[in-house]
Amino acid sequence: MHSTQAEKVPFLRDPDKLAILYQLLTVIGVGLLSYYLIANTLANLERQNISTGFSFLEREAAFEIGETLVTYSAADSYGRALLVGFLNTLIVSFIGIVLTVILGTILGIARLSSNWLVARLSAIYIEVFQDIPILLQLFFWYAFFYEILPGPRQALSLLPGVFLCNRGLIFGVPVWHQGFQYAILALLLAVVLLFFLKRWAAARQAASGKIFPLFRVGLLLVTLLPLLGWWLGGAPTAMSVPELTGFNFRGGLSISPEFTALLLGLVLYTAAFVAEVVRAGIQSVGKGQREAALSIGLRSGHVLNLVILPQALRVIVPPLTSQMLNLTKNSSLAVAIGYPDFVSVAGTTINQTGQAIEGVALIMVVYLIFSLSTSAFMNWYNKKIAIVER
Amino acid sequence: MRELRHVVPAVVAAFCLTTGAAVAGTLDDVKAKGFIQAGVNGDLFGFAKPDEKGVWRGLDVDTARAVAAAVFADADKIKYTPLTAKTRFTALQSGEIDVLTRNATQTLSRDTDLGLDFTQVNYYDGQGFLVPKQLGVTSATQLDGASVCVLPGTTTEQNVADYFRVQKMKMNPVVIENTAELAKAFFAGRCDCMTSDASQLAGIRAVAPTPADYVLLPEIISKEPLAPAVRHGDNQWKDIVNYSVLAMIEAEELGITSANIDEMMASTDPKIQRFLGVSPGNGKALGLDEKWAYNIIKQVGNYAEVFERNVGVKTPLMLERGLNALWTNGGLMYSPPFK
Repeated sequence: MHSTQAEKVPFLRDPDKLAILYQLLTVIGVGLLSYYLIANTLANLERQNISTGFSFLEREAAFEIGETLVTYSAADSYGRALLVGFLNTLIVSFIGIVLTVILGTILGIARLSSNWLVARLSAIYIEVFQDIPILLQLFFWYAFFYEILPGPRQALSLLPGVFLCNRGLIFGVPVWHQGFQYAILALLLAVVLLFFLKRWAAARQAASGKIFPLFRVGLLLVTLLPLLGWWLGGAPTAMSVPELTGFNFRGGLSISPEFTALLLGLVLYTAAFVAEVVRAGIQSVGKGQREAALSIGLRSGHVLNLVILPQALRVIVPPLTSQMLNLTKNSSLAVAIGYPDFVSVAGTTINQTGQAIEGVALIMVVYLIFSLSTSAFMNWYNKKIAIVER
Repeated sequence: MRELRHVVPAVVAAFCLTTGAAVAGTLDDVKAKGFIQAGVNGDLFGFAKPDEKGVWRGLDVDTARAVAAAVFADADKIKYTPLTAKTRFTALQSGEIDVLTRNATQTLSRDTDLGLDFTQVNYYDGQGFLVPKQLGVTSATQLDGASVCVLPGTTTEQNVADYFRVQKMKMNPVVIENTAELAKAFFAGRCDCMTSDASQLAGIRAVAPTPADYVLLPEIISKEPLAPAVRHGDNQWKDIVNYSVLAMIEAEELGITSANIDEMMASTDPKIQRFLGVSPGNGKALGLDEKWAYNIIKQVGNYAEVFERNVGVKTPLMLERGLNALWTNGGLMYSPPFK
């Protein structure tokens, strides 16, 4: 080092420039490899006279689907059939995630309970359900439903108009009426009100320390307002009641054993993992926090809700997201027990059209969308609850 | 980074190899490796399933064995790949198997869109319905509103939907991928009826807790010509598979069985002489040994023997010949002349 002037560093010795060069080379390499694979696949398909492209989505599907959330018949297109499968996966994943988080949180807290019996039972549950493969659990629950429950002609009548048999749980539903629009609007209103109420309650608590009974008031709000809307809309009471005609029930709504078995299997399995995540989160909060909260006279429910959980959530949320993704992905096991989820419908489509590559690509894209949107939402939530330096 | 330098060319080379292999003639490939890789069902009693000793048995297995006998003069030079309904065509397209004998229905789109060629049908099947006797149903037209257990990955789902649409009936399908799981749900009463190819239903009924409690309805709602398939474009290999199946049918018509074939070698009937290669020509035309047909019948048997051994009335499947009888007996089995 004789001179103080900045020496000209040769390009290949400059770590910054080299780093950029390596990244560039990697990108080019990956690009070339994917181009090679895609071009090769297309060339091979061409050579073997296999048709490609997504035009099959507009052709008539010509197969029936057992459970549909939107109207569908065999005369609809493959695209519509896939939409039905998509919505079936969506609903089972969504309900599954909500129930899993609730059950998992309860189990995780119970595992740390000072009550010996509650803590032991929770621990046993977690160990048992975590350690049995999910596919076996699904087979078990499905077999449980179709082996235990009677056929539709000997259906158990739980309540008037509510039947339980091996075709599912069948119950009457209100016939659609204008009056329900008011009820739905009222429900939306209640949710909006609740949102502002929550903000006001939080601000008041921060200012004065007074705790507002948000849960009870909220519950009243979301039940009473829609009821009021329903009453203002003319209080419609017409019901579509299930009746046994021929082999099966007609009318009403039914929840199939396939859906129930899948939901139950997914929730019970994933909740065991979520429970462990919750336990780890709670244990990550220093013992002093709890003792301090108790020493200023908070009730134990408030200690958990106001002191422990807000801090524990920061630890809980990232692994919780990964469990949610697991649940969504595991829902593709539906095909094993006959629930028409996206993979099942796509499988039939692949088989009938023979366009396996396009079908599998669609499956991958759909699960990618599910996973990325779940992640995006949870990342947003994670940021929101992260420690804010004041 | 240093290791990568060796890995990248290796990976690229591997890709080139796998894409290059399928181009060569299948007959040369098969001869070079010394055995035929056959795609079969693996779980369908009577068609392709290993027995309790692990020996593969069934109509489709015997069809594949006939091809091996024609090519190698040894019906045992064969390896089996059990395939699901979903994977079967991909396995053939990709060159993983040489011939697909897996109760696959020949259809126009499979023959064209999928890049396959189907050969002579080895079993004429049709889709039917299996119902519990106590349901009191005697015809498929009484199935309005029924829950239907359907095995996916075949043309079955489409056929049953078409049938219910034409009859203006409603149905509620329950689709389970695994045959054994589907059968369990059906026997437990989850569905009112089960639909699949009649031969499959016979196989499923044979393993029911009490087979006598289930009946096949008279309606056959589809044509299911089950045929071996090969890749499109390899005409020589297609001819070999095609005439291996036809040889079994022709042998039945000529009255040649695995038991009497050695006496038949001395026959003065020119048709039999040509068939058995006593007067040469057929083998050379196919690119095979002149005794190819002799080897098939000697080692595997004629079509009647294969049928009765695997699915006939004396087996648990109890299937009649029906459409699968020779044309001379009112069936559809008809072979062009071997000359």
